[in-house]
Amino acid sequence: MKAIRIFLRSFREAFKSVFRNFSLSVASVTCTAITLVLVSIAILVSYNVNHVTKKLENELTIVVYLEREATSEQAQNLKGEFEKISNVEEVTYKSKEEWKFEMMNYSPTLNSTLSYLSENPLLDSYIVKVKNVKYLRKTAEKIRKFEIVRSAEFGEGTVERIVSIFETVKKITLVIVIALVLVTAFLINNTIKLTIFSRRSEIEIMRLVGTSNYAIKLPFIFEGLFLGIIGSIIPIILTVYGYIIAYSKLDGHLFSKMVSLVKPFSLVLYVSIVLVIIGALVGVIGSYKAVRKYLKV
Amino acid sequence: MKLISLKNIYKTYPNGVTALADVNLEIAKGEFVFIIGPTGCGKSTLMKLLYREEKPTRGNVIVGGINVERLRNRKVYKLRRKLGIIFQNYRLLPKQTAYENVAFPLSVSGMKDSEIRPKVLKALELVGLKEKVKCFPDELSGGEQQRVCIARAIVNEPKLLLCDEPTGNLDPRVSKEIMDVIDSINKKLGTTIIMVTHDAQIVNRMKKRVISINNGVITNDIMKGKYKENESN
Repeated sequence: MKAIRIFLRSFREAFKSVFRNFSLSVASVTCTAITLVLVSIAILVSYNVNHVTKKLENELTIVVYLEREATSEQAQNLKGEFEKISNVEEVTYKSKEEWKFEMMNYSPTLNSTLSYLSENPLLDSYIVKVKNVKYLRKTAEKIRKFEIVRSAEFGEGTVERIVSIFETVKKITLVIVIALVLVTAFLINNTIKLTIFSRRSEIEIMRLVGTSNYAIKLPFIFEGLFLGIIGSIIPIILTVYGYIIAYSKLDGHLFSKMVSLVKPFSLVLYVSIVLVIIGALVGVIGSYKAVRKYLKV
Repeated sequence: MKLISLKNIYKTYPNGVTALADVNLEIAKGEFVFIIGPTGCGKSTLMKLLYREEKPTRGNVIVGGINVERLRNRKVYKLRRKLGIIFQNYRLLPKQTAYENVAFPLSVSGMKDSEIRPKVLKALELVGLKEKVKCFPDELSGGEQQRVCIARAIVNEPKLLLCDEPTGNLDPRVSKEIMDVIDSINKKLGTTIIMVTHDAQIVNRMKKRVISINNGVITNDIMKGKYKENESN
């Protein structure tokens, strides 16, 4: 009970202190908010990049066309050979009839052309899914070496460029996020330091009248926590409204249909939670470090 | 029963100044002791040893059964709760009322409001400030502020009250009132009082035990003593 009362008291005191040192609090809340907005942007970007990369990876396949004279037995063997390649995830057979059917459904012109031909001009094929898109080219090259393979196609060049750009974007955003989080922690640390200095005499009196150490320290930790959480409110509002509006304005994709955005609903919720947690953690860590360093009790 | 016992106390500050040298002292429960001596003689150091603001370089400090010099930093609050301290410069919280200032030691240690209230009112009544409960320190006179401090020091019902020149900033009439309050605490509650002072008038009138310190050494320890002219600065 006593511990709970001390806890509640610290909570109240911390809350009061946020408003008592108003200008200082505003400064660090603003800094936290700016940082968290950037963190939020970084998370949204990297999440979308991830999303697009994943989608691309799922869509990226190697289409392997077989020679016309390949027997079904040879084709069967080939499937087994493909599956032995380490980067291959899945091999599915797609016969020329399936291709024809698909193409005929695709457009009326193709439909009439294909139905005009007595023999199916298309080739039997395998659709090869890979595990890692990075090694798409190597896998395709391995496949090309088999005898009855006529061609193994993938979006050569462009695909590789997109993948490597996305990799770089992901790395850069991660670095920025980490740097910003550190800056915020430092700012809150500084605010708590100044709070401690501005309340020297009060701390002195607390020590003289026999206040236990944790009862002296707790309010400062809470103050950091509050600053962090208050600092995350504006970024959360901006994230939620900003992303929803941007999503609907852009109609769910960027530049082309290929680069589709993540649907806003669960994403903004997830980002908001992450922002609150980052704000709170950074606040607590910042103030804890200041308390450790400047509050020798 | 000895409340305080100092054995072979030496205190040298890091800058090389020796504040106390071979001090031996015993003070019993319920005593009223004056500590006098010129500025810089080691009086304040002696007081600081008692509430563990400083540690002795050598020697043994025992206050109310607690071995003070062995007390760990984070356990110091346990000692501080057993004693009350008042200062020349009051040290009140300026943004809190008299009531809140007196309630402060109890509320920060997590006591229930319903338990705090009667204790605070009792302490304020004892120092004669029941009507000024809601005043802020800057609305009180110096004497009244010092009374609030005394109330804050005794609200825990400590066995020991340390007074570091409590009347240093007050005129003789108010000083006498403060001394009457402290004397009545000594008599009514049986609280042991240790007071550092420069005020010869007070010492001479009260006729209590007087300990004189000079250059870090106890030069005199007299029951019903007086403030000698040659010892004033």
